[in-house]
Amino acid sequence: MKRYGNSFKEQALALLPGDANYDMCLTCGLCSSGCPATGLADMDPRKFLRMAALGMDEQLATTDWVWMCTMCQRCTHVCPMNIDIPKLVYHARTLWPREKRPKGIIGSCDVAMKTDTGSAMGARPEDFEFVVEDMLEEVKETQPEQADLSVSMNRTGAKFFLNQNSREPMTEPDEMVPLWKILNVVGADWTYSSVGWAAENYCMFAADEEAWEKIVRTKVKAVEDLNCEVWLNTE
Amino acid sequence: MTFTVQDPCQLVRKSLGDDVADDLRFVVKTVVGEENFIDMHPNRSNNYCCGGGGGALQGGYPEERREYGRIKFRQIEATGADYCITPCHNCHSQVHDITEHFGGAWHTVHLWTLICLSLGILGENERAYLGPDLAELGL
Ligand code: SF4
Ligand code: SF4
Repeated sequence: MKRYGNSFKEQALALLPGDANYDMCLTCGLCSSGCPATGLADMDPRKFLRMAALGMDEQLATTDWVWMCTMCQRCTHVCPMNIDIPKLVYHARTLWPREKRPKGIIGSCDVAMKTDTGSAMGARPEDFEFVVEDMLEEVKETQPEQADLSVSMNRTGAKFFLNQNSREPMTEPDEMVPLWKILNVVGADWTYSSVGWAAENYCMFAADEEAWEKIVRTKVKAVEDLNCEVWLNTE
Repeated sequence: MTFTVQDPCQLVRKSLGDDVADDLRFVVKTVVGEENFIDMHPNRSNNYCCGGGGGALQGGYPEERREYGRIKFRQIEATGADYCITPCHNCHSQVHDITEHFGGAWHTVHLWTLICLSLGILGENERAYLGPDLAELGL
């Protein structure tokens, strides 16, 4: 039976599907023994889970460890009871006052929310268009065998919608080119979009659900607006 | 010259599973030659996270992030490979960082770099992460 209440455990339980229950933990320690975050901030996944089961809400809502766990799901993968510890970690992140959460993550989320590209580095649509065009021109000039290299921007009806981590256009644009070449060699029908192209989503890591959803919706809309069949996420 | 590969948690364990890990090995072996590939352990869905996920690269706990990555560092080191291929953006940043931090001898490269190198279409400015042994190849 699921109960919904105010304790950490009860709130976390509400997130679980079906009859899953954190009380099912066997305390076997498989999760902790294969978790690279074990021992950081004097915590490990089994301990975290036991503390939830024991109702140690205050400690769970304040331990820095939730920002050191990468939510990689290896613990869940090896757990004989299939207990989703990263979900619990995510929940603990939501309990932090927003202004107390890591500045880098929150900052990247805030920046991404300010532009309809979703870029955590603040790249605007015109920045992306400029960098891509500039880079393409340079390649064609300096690599004559790439004369037929093409990159579409905002092409409706392309099969693949390719997104791009902001780091490339903003800091190392040359690194975009190999992927273009590969797509060209295989004859892929693909396009970039000047909006919603950024692959990263720090609002998700920030556990800011409203912002997370808004970013995802912006990106989905960009794919739908161009009527593309497949959304290729390179992140 | 030998190569290993980091299975990205997001791509393998968290989304497409062992099938995509096998596809990844097919591509990597085709590109570098089967005899030059050394798998990391544990691997595929059982792989360890490099420590760059979950926002950790911007998380503000660099010391702990690197401590987390020390396990990955040792796993890469144990392969003895000259190159660690990272087919994920976060993995590339984190593995590159821990390699420098803990003094690894290998180079950390994107998969797209090696695919283009093997196709003979990798430009001069697209070689930032190759070691001196491959940097001039096919120019
Ligand atoms: S692996 Fe699962 S059952 Fe074992 S200690 Fe961890 S959470 Fe409990
Ligand atoms: S999800 Fe977190 S607790 Fe689980 S193995 Fe990964 S780092 Fe450890």
